[in-house]
Amino acid sequence: MSFLHFIILVPFIAAFLVPFIYKKWNVKVHTGWFVFFIPLFIFINLLRKLPKVSNGETIFSSMPWIPMLGINFDIYMDGLALMFALIISGIGSLVVIYSIFYMSKEREALHNFYIYLLMFMGAMLGVVLSDNILVLYAFWELTSVSSFLLIAYWYERKGSRYGALKAMLITVFGGFAMLAGLIMLTMATDTYSLREMIGNVSLIRDSTLFIPAMVLLLLGAFTKSAQFPFSIWLPDAMEAPTPVSAYLHSATMVKAGLYLIARMTPIFSGSAVWFWIVSGIGIITLIYGSVRAVRQTDLKALLAFSTISQLGLIMSLLGVGSAALHFGIANQQEVYAGAIFAALFHLFNHSTFKGALFMVVGIIDHEAGTRDIRRLGGLMSIMPITFSIALIGSFSMAGLPPFNGFLSKEMFFTGMLNASQVNVFGLEFLTIAFPVIAWIASVFTFIYCLVLVMRPFLGSFHPEKLPKEKVHEAPAGMLVPPVILASLVVLIFFFPNVLAKYILNPALVSVIPSMSLDQTAVEIKAWHGWNMELFMTLGVVAAGLLLFLSIRKWNLAFRFYPEKLSLNYLYNAGLEKMEQKSVSMTNRYMTGSIRHYLIYIFVFLSAVLAASIILFDAAAFNFSDDAPISIYDAGILAALVIAALTTLLTNNRITAIVSLGAVGYLVVMLFVILRAPDLALTQMVVETATTALFLLCFYHLPKLGKRLEKIKFKLMNLLVSISVGIVVTILTLTASGHKLFQPITSFFENAYELAGAKNIVNAILVDFRGFDTMLEISVLLIAGIGVFTLIKLESKGSDIDETKTE
Amino acid sequence: MKPKPNDVILHTVTKIASIIIFTFSIDLFWAGHHYPGGGFIGGLTTGAGIVLLYLTFDIETIKKNLPIDYKKMAAFGVLLSVLTGAGSMVFGGAFLEQAFGYFNIPIFGRTELATAVLFDVGVALAVIGTAITIISSISEDRM
Repeated sequence: MSFLHFIILVPFIAAFLVPFIYKKWNVKVHTGWFVFFIPLFIFINLLRKLPKVSNGETIFSSMPWIPMLGINFDIYMDGLALMFALIISGIGSLVVIYSIFYMSKEREALHNFYIYLLMFMGAMLGVVLSDNILVLYAFWELTSVSSFLLIAYWYERKGSRYGALKAMLITVFGGFAMLAGLIMLTMATDTYSLREMIGNVSLIRDSTLFIPAMVLLLLGAFTKSAQFPFSIWLPDAMEAPTPVSAYLHSATMVKAGLYLIARMTPIFSGSAVWFWIVSGIGIITLIYGSVRAVRQTDLKALLAFSTISQLGLIMSLLGVGSAALHFGIANQQEVYAGAIFAALFHLFNHSTFKGALFMVVGIIDHEAGTRDIRRLGGLMSIMPITFSIALIGSFSMAGLPPFNGFLSKEMFFTGMLNASQVNVFGLEFLTIAFPVIAWIASVFTFIYCLVLVMRPFLGSFHPEKLPKEKVHEAPAGMLVPPVILASLVVLIFFFPNVLAKYILNPALVSVIPSMSLDQTAVEIKAWHGWNMELFMTLGVVAAGLLLFLSIRKWNLAFRFYPEKLSLNYLYNAGLEKMEQKSVSMTNRYMTGSIRHYLIYIFVFLSAVLAASIILFDAAAFNFSDDAPISIYDAGILAALVIAALTTLLTNNRITAIVSLGAVGYLVVMLFVILRAPDLALTQMVVETATTALFLLCFYHLPKLGKRLEKIKFKLMNLLVSISVGIVVTILTLTASGHKLFQPITSFFENAYELAGAKNIVNAILVDFRGFDTMLEISVLLIAGIGVFTLIKLESKGSDIDETKTE
Repeated sequence: MKPKPNDVILHTVTKIASIIIFTFSIDLFWAGHHYPGGGFIGGLTTGAGIVLLYLTFDIETIKKNLPIDYKKMAAFGVLLSVLTGAGSMVFGGAFLEQAFGYFNIPIFGRTELATAVLFDVGVALAVIGTAITIISSISEDRM
């Protein structure tokens, strides 16, 4: 285990300690102060790796986990991984500070909150640092689970539960698809290591699984990164506390999909399918998100759609940039590598300004008591600092100078203009759509950024519309994290090349391995002269201002959009239909009658056994080794048959119970004759206990009258029981007829030397196969608790229907 | 109020028989290492003995005289088994590795002591606990 492993595991270890800390110090000290040191510690230690990694070095360390299957906890840190890890731990530290002031220590279940948050942090670090795809997958799903828990943090709210479930269903669906894709990659390359896969790209390219694996992986990435049409979960995820939205649903988790795309770029890019799907879905998401965002009245919903749109932007850049790895345009590689660079740059910028914006919205919500822009207004004079942060964040998002968004937005336009020149992937006539859609989407982005600044902060202040009496500026601690992010937004604008040198260029080399660090030395400049990109930005500002001023007129047009065509409607209806269908399907065979269930079990048992015996031609009888049947054996067997038949045919329940007991005791005698005293003892005691149990229930059971079942039912039972009898008899005879394996007796014969026990059976139970026994008693305990809860708790819980309490 | 049924014979026999059953079950448990018996059988026999007590006297009386929470007993048994398994890991062994040795103890003389016995105690407790939990909750159920 190396230090990097420790860094991933630190959040998990801390999560175990949180409940104790909470219990000991809560109310006196906010639990967040203790948690704060975890991301800070990780961040500082990752920063120390920065000089090494920015020189193009990579760090690899392995820890055996399941070495027999080639699954090891391998960590691989290159530029891309480090960039993500820094964002995760950096934003994580700020979010924890912010949450200390946002989450009340008197009212909230802070221990739950911080456990989930730490769990997420560790999982997310695991995703970006893992080299083994199965470990990556496990961490990936863990981020979905922790996101579920965080969205449902206020689980008493219906909206929270709905949002959490939606996010979980969609991202886990994608996760499963991704797992299948990853396994396909392993089938093609025979390795679980991402690095080795990238080293054996040709194996994957030539494989027939190339396209299926790609599509499945993309499903995973698109669901996680809320790409169209899977974007519907993100707005509902806004039910989570705002620190969570800032952290998971804008800065980190939703970027896991982008990470996966960037990671897989060396493997898949260069193919037309990849280019078209990634850039196409990206650009559709971009425009979909920005158009939807304009209409929102809830500030957080607006930010959610804006996040969707910005993720689409980055996604489209990654798609366009994948052209850099196509052989046909090798001479223009740097042009398209510029798009990837822009993607990484914007990804970083987005984390800064969107994190700040979410915190601003959280402050408004916290201080004014609402996020509805119809009720807010005139907050500028009351919250000047918050207003400044909002201004910086929004204008950066809108792509205005002097903020970092301007730089990456210009590079985005460059990338899209270059995309219109791509001619190696077919469908050339479509490529012109890229810059056009990008421009339109940017206009809408500009509009919603204006909405975000103008509506809550300008205009007139209406205190009577707000739930809170005294609205004032947020406490200093709540302002520090967004101020830090906002200053980063400005600083990156003035010193972009520092960021490029240490973080972006090494990350770019990880995405395009054929480039070296010297080739990537792109100088980011704010001023390019009067070129196309600048004119596009000016056009965005002009058109955006015009449309913003006339927003009331054209906004009505959306009302005509039919509700039934919306994605949410599809999701809800689909879920409802699925539940209905499953219920009716299940009701068809789950009749509640034990007789039916027994028939299923026995029919299945005899069918499977009979089929395999016939299929493998397994039936073989060999009576030569059999011991002679003594008179005692024959006598007991005859008695057994008579007792069994009595059980079946009697009309008196007492007789049936007694004769069933007789069957058991006769088997005990058989065991005694065959010299198996342990078995005989066990059987005897079990038989006694069961008979006692029967006598206890006897009082409740209905009388065994004349059996009035229909002939058909009786025939069916007869058929099933005869076939089970025949199949089991054949199976038993076959088992002793074959001698396929070495008997394992020799292993247990020296029980006295190995286990110090003269009784082999007991030595097997407690020593040789102790694990089996341990699990058996666990199952026994579970069964016992199951019976207890079924009987004791049945009547209490039934009248509480959770769904109806709302 | 229903008159109490006259079960003098059953009561008297059970008082004696249960002592025999419990003694026998303990004997079965200890015999397990070298002769037929062991935790499972010992536990079941004890369980059967308790059920006999339940049948003879009413449940309330037994609960008063044997104030044991059988659910906890079962859980404790499983825990004990798992912990003895984990215990060997403390000494560098594999999970569930058992050890034994021969010691000279006063009165008993040369005696074998094995960690497997602890494991078996866990099995016995789990079996008794589960069996009684199931039987008593079914019998207490009002339909």
